[in-house]
Amino acid sequence: MKKNLVICLLVLMAGSMVFAGGSSESDAKEESSSKVELNFWSWRTEDVDIYNELIDIFEAKNPGIEVNFTAYKNTEYNTILSAAIKGGSGPDIIHLRTYGSLETLAKPGYLMPLEDKVPELSGFGETVLLGATSASDGEIYGVPFASQTLVIYYNKAIYAELGLEIPETWDEFLANLDAVKAAGYTGLANGGKDGWTLEILQGVICPNFYGANDFFNEVVAGDTDFTDDRYRGSLEKLLELRPYMPDNFMGIAYTDMQMLFINEMAAHFIGGSWEAGYFGKENTALDFDVFAGPVAKKGDTRYVSSFADSSFGMSADTQNSKEATAFLRFMASTEAGQFLTDKLTMKSDAPGVVFSDPFLGRVGDLNENNTPYIMLVGFRYDKPTGSELLQSLLQGMMADSINSTEVVSQVQEGVSSWYKPFQD
Amino acid sequence: MKNQVNKTFWILFFILPGLLIVTIFIIAPLFMSMFNSMYSWVSIDRDRWVGFENFVKIFTKYPYQDRFFNAIGNNVQWFMTTMFVQNTIGLLFGYLLFKRIYGSEIFQRVFFIPVLFSVVAVGFLWGLYLNPNMGVVNRLLNDMGLGQWAMAWLGDEKLATPSIIAVNIWRWVGFPTLVFYAGFNSVPMETVEAAYIDGVGEWRLFWKIMFPLIMPAVTIITVLTLIGSLNVFEQVYTMAGLDGGPFYSTDTLGTLFYRTAFGGIDTGLPEIGIGSAIGVVIYVLTFGISAFSIVALRKREVEL
Repeated sequence: MKKNLVICLLVLMAGSMVFAGGSSESDAKEESSSKVELNFWSWRTEDVDIYNELIDIFEAKNPGIEVNFTAYKNTEYNTILSAAIKGGSGPDIIHLRTYGSLETLAKPGYLMPLEDKVPELSGFGETVLLGATSASDGEIYGVPFASQTLVIYYNKAIYAELGLEIPETWDEFLANLDAVKAAGYTGLANGGKDGWTLEILQGVICPNFYGANDFFNEVVAGDTDFTDDRYRGSLEKLLELRPYMPDNFMGIAYTDMQMLFINEMAAHFIGGSWEAGYFGKENTALDFDVFAGPVAKKGDTRYVSSFADSSFGMSADTQNSKEATAFLRFMASTEAGQFLTDKLTMKSDAPGVVFSDPFLGRVGDLNENNTPYIMLVGFRYDKPTGSELLQSLLQGMMADSINSTEVVSQVQEGVSSWYKPFQD
Repeated sequence: MKNQVNKTFWILFFILPGLLIVTIFIIAPLFMSMFNSMYSWVSIDRDRWVGFENFVKIFTKYPYQDRFFNAIGNNVQWFMTTMFVQNTIGLLFGYLLFKRIYGSEIFQRVFFIPVLFSVVAVGFLWGLYLNPNMGVVNRLLNDMGLGQWAMAWLGDEKLATPSIIAVNIWRWVGFPTLVFYAGFNSVPMETVEAAYIDGVGEWRLFWKIMFPLIMPAVTIITVLTLIGSLNVFEQVYTMAGLDGGPFYSTDTLGTLFYRTAFGGIDTGLPEIGIGSAIGVVIYVLTFGISAFSIVALRKREVEL
């Protein structure tokens, strides 16, 4: 009796599996006969609705193509994507990271070169395309999405209350921080718990002290290296900001920094142009604007660091390259660029996009003098990356565990283990 | 005969599904990572056979060497602190419960509740509690007039690892408590009564009779602490992040392995060969040290 029961259960279980498998298979067949499905993966979980809206516009123009947008958690995206691509189940359209991280997929040949497929690419700026170009073969693998600029946010209401003006020089900036601190606010929202926020801090403050593009070009060419006193000296400037950071700033994480600025507890926030959308959404009453990192003396050229944020690429072994090409050409169009610019408050690089948003217009103005975000653009192509070295070492410097000389010598030692121009 | 066949069938029937899962998810990946650790990689593609080069890199080349020994140092700190603080408290709690202190019925359950919580939830919540400016811990210290004790618990290089260990002790102390409590309960009452009649004091009763008799429980807890300390990952990942920050002060073999094999969030590129090699080293260490400690501790176990 008991045995019969077990057998019955087993048969039921096996049966249900067969039926379940069968039914889903037939569903898939039915759809595929009428429409081509493209899978589009990204890490922008925050923007799923906006991307779906954009995809609706595309689908309305291209009946017969269906795009499925899937967003994975930012921190897990790389791992999930690599595993899927290796296993042959990767998406057709891939939201790609830029510069060195692009190489992870470009170098082994998992991506489709786009230059001959997407003629719209010729309308993009050269520096912007660099972020989607593989350093190993010089091919363009992505349609650039947006570029980001590193800036200093300030609270306009606090500035008005204390009668402050946008500082130009370093001394003026410190004077403003002093005034803000004396009025009981936190001068600067930045902390040190998340190393990457310190790298951003470096990206905003240091270029105007290490000599921006001159130093960048020299160090990339290997004519100088990171132990150059210009670079070391520029890092020392970061130490002068510590008195204006929150108490116990080494315990202040990225989200704490955002919270301090959004709730108008801190007067400044040093970060990237991508913050603006979030700031505005979280506190609609927050009146803020941005300025570029201060310079040593009046009249010096004021540089901002900028970089290409991400791009849209195509898998090399997609079954639907014709449809995928159509989608990427759409993504490179002014229409898609304008849509993403307006909805995400991001500075899209697509040709012909106008920045109706005053904030983006201002960021555009600051970009008149821009310099590459040094570690990302130049030194993230192999391990250990300049960024990973610098982020942790800056934590050590800000906590006084090591000094600036040790920071630059360890960055140099790590990067020179793979960076050819440093090895001759 | 038929009965025998039947029995074999049923044994296989119950073992096979489990064995299959263990093979696919544990044994096969173990050998895969050994295989992968012998190759150089071009990002996520296996390139060419390099033998033990990846292992040599871990032990001798900057920055791998520095990161590796720093991580091992932190794992050792995890083991020592957990062993001496958590397990001593566990032993004390277990004994107090065994002695039926006032409210022991309630404590028995209360101690164990945090063990049932998810590590990630505990890490996230304690991360908020320990927040330097908004966290309850510093707020409480400030309100009690101990403002100078309010620290950046997770942001100070010297405090970060001890803080995370303390949280983990809070979460996990119920487990050794329960195991030791069960151990004390299995000691025959006649032995204890006989000792009392002979006029043995509480202190000597504990160290000369009770402790030797619960040695099997001590062995289990020690080995589990060893394995747990070598595999620390989630606690650090949720409270300090993948970089083992600040300045690598909370980095463990687990976070180092993950970061190396799969790449940091936005700075790192994956180095699967070296990552796999670290994985193999973790495995060898865990297996070797556990086996050694089981053998060593077994010798100290006594029977009545």
